[in-house]
Amino acid sequence: MSAARNARGSIRSTGATGLTAVPAAVEILVEGETVTGRAGQTIAGVLLGSGRVAWRGAQHGERGVFCGIGVCHDCLVTVNDVEGVRACQREAVDGDRVEREVRE
Amino acid sequence: MTRVAILGAGPAGLAAAEAALAAGAQVTVLDEGARPGGQFWRHRPGLTDPRMQHGVRRFEQLQSALAGAEVHSGAAVWSVEPGEPGEPGEVGGAVVLRAAVGPADGARREAVVVEADALVIATGAHDLALPIPGWTLPGVTTAGAAQALAKRDGVSVGRRTLVAGAGPFLLPVAQSLALVGSTVVGVHEASRIGALAGGWLPKPWQLLGKAGELAQYAGALARHRIPYRVGSGVVRVLGDERVEGAVVAQLDADWRPRPGTERVIECDAVALGHGFVPRLEAAIMLGCEVAGDRRGRFVVVDDGQRTTRPQVFAAGEVTGIGGADAALAEGAIAGYRAAGVAQDDQRLHAALRVRDRMRRFARRLETAHGIRPGWTAWLDDDTIVCRCEAVAKRAIVERAEVPLRAMRLATRAGLGPCQARTCGRAVEAIVSEARASAAGVAAAGETVDGSSSSAQGGDVGFDRRPLLAPVRLGELGGSDRPTNGEN
Repeated sequence: MSAARNARGSIRSTGATGLTAVPAAVEILVEGETVTGRAGQTIAGVLLGSGRVAWRGAQHGERGVFCGIGVCHDCLVTVNDVEGVRACQREAVDGDRVEREVRE
Repeated sequence: MTRVAILGAGPAGLAAAEAALAAGAQVTVLDEGARPGGQFWRHRPGLTDPRMQHGVRRFEQLQSALAGAEVHSGAAVWSVEPGEPGEPGEVGGAVVLRAAVGPADGARREAVVVEADALVIATGAHDLALPIPGWTLPGVTTAGAAQALAKRDGVSVGRRTLVAGAGPFLLPVAQSLALVGSTVVGVHEASRIGALAGGWLPKPWQLLGKAGELAQYAGALARHRIPYRVGSGVVRVLGDERVEGAVVAQLDADWRPRPGTERVIECDAVALGHGFVPRLEAAIMLGCEVAGDRRGRFVVVDDGQRTTRPQVFAAGEVTGIGGADAALAEGAIAGYRAAGVAQDDQRLHAALRVRDRMRRFARRLETAHGIRPGWTAWLDDDTIVCRCEAVAKRAIVERAEVPLRAMRLATRAGLGPCQARTCGRAVEAIVSEARASAAGVAAAGETVDGSSSSAQGGDVGFDRRPLLAPVRLGELGGSDRPTNGEN
């Protein structure tokens, strides 16, 4: 699946909900690349919204979100030089620097 | 004034807080989430679609009640211990909780120590997704993840999602996925019509209060043209670097795939939810009795939601999977009792009635949707069971005869960062089946589970963990001074 398609899916769904206000944007740096999400989203939410589905190296291929509620530790990323942050639990903050991790 | 600590701010914890406050207690709530609501209330006004959320008005009531409590959101509670015994004539069995409070997994979180005269454990449950060949591919998530990402973040993992597993929870997940713009290519319910009829049909009046909700989901499935199949499940996930499709098959009454019924469904995401696992860590750490076996192990409580430890109460999914309405009722009972209100006080009457009705509902859920032992037939020998340590089924079967602890050390199954929260039940099932087959028992049925070591009284299998929540080494220790009630 391409990033563009996923991003469009998210935007379309927002439009269909009849939300009264457009949520503020949040900008984070993912491996040095600026990625825009919506304020209040978790880092996992921002990554998925940008079309990424996997961002951590493991023994048999890549991992992304699995449990989505902080239990499985599949989605770990390094945030602002702190390792082992669960992307599904951490709310994205403007300027967060997010880097991938590898655990084999 | 009685100090009541509440662990968890989902429906059970919030109802407990409301009740304890109403009874005049001093209440401290500790919750790991960034904001109260638990797994149930996660909608974000202005960010996600309000149609995904039930019971918003009740949530608003509970939230306004919280104004009278000390609330620590973003609290990783890593220790719960009995405190000093009370002075003669005072309430004994005090509890001390230690937490790191701040952004999830942050490096410099605040140390919080909460001392209380009574504790309500309302830690809830997480999804149980059974292992399936290919389930480590990106794009496979739990059903709960799909729900959380939709409700909280307004996103879906894929554009075409297959939802599979067991239980009515799959229906709201499918609805949420549709509302965030993913096509749901099907909902595959493993239980067959016979089991569903056995669970749902004999006493339809017990569904009062639930029937409306189920009918609404059925309507949503029809509106979004989502196919719903029973006696069907995902037996393999296909793809190279991410999900490209899934093999579904008909399942027999024991969830064994029927040969020759396999077909491929094109999708880029699979959401799996075969059941729930209660979060028992705090209860086990405190020494509360936990009963059952790997198919359902829960905190033992009496009619007043009291555990077997003095002044420790439990409510919600840790005492049995019953959904939000049951959790709200149990939470209210636990909150009043923890604050010292008598069991026959009239304030408890309504909650007791709801709880008893919802317990019957929970038994029917288990009858209809409970995990059946035949699921292991869809595993290959090299299917990864423990996702953290990439331990395959073969390695677990080869060491099934040794004690569980030795098997874990030899294979590393369940020793990764998630501490067996994800794979524990599956590993126990595979070990139980392998032992049974070695013992010459024909099938891994009821007798097998009854005789396996994981079902022995007091054995908590993979559920005992040294720390309740992941914290960084530097956060252990710190102040012993209680931080609650300081102002």
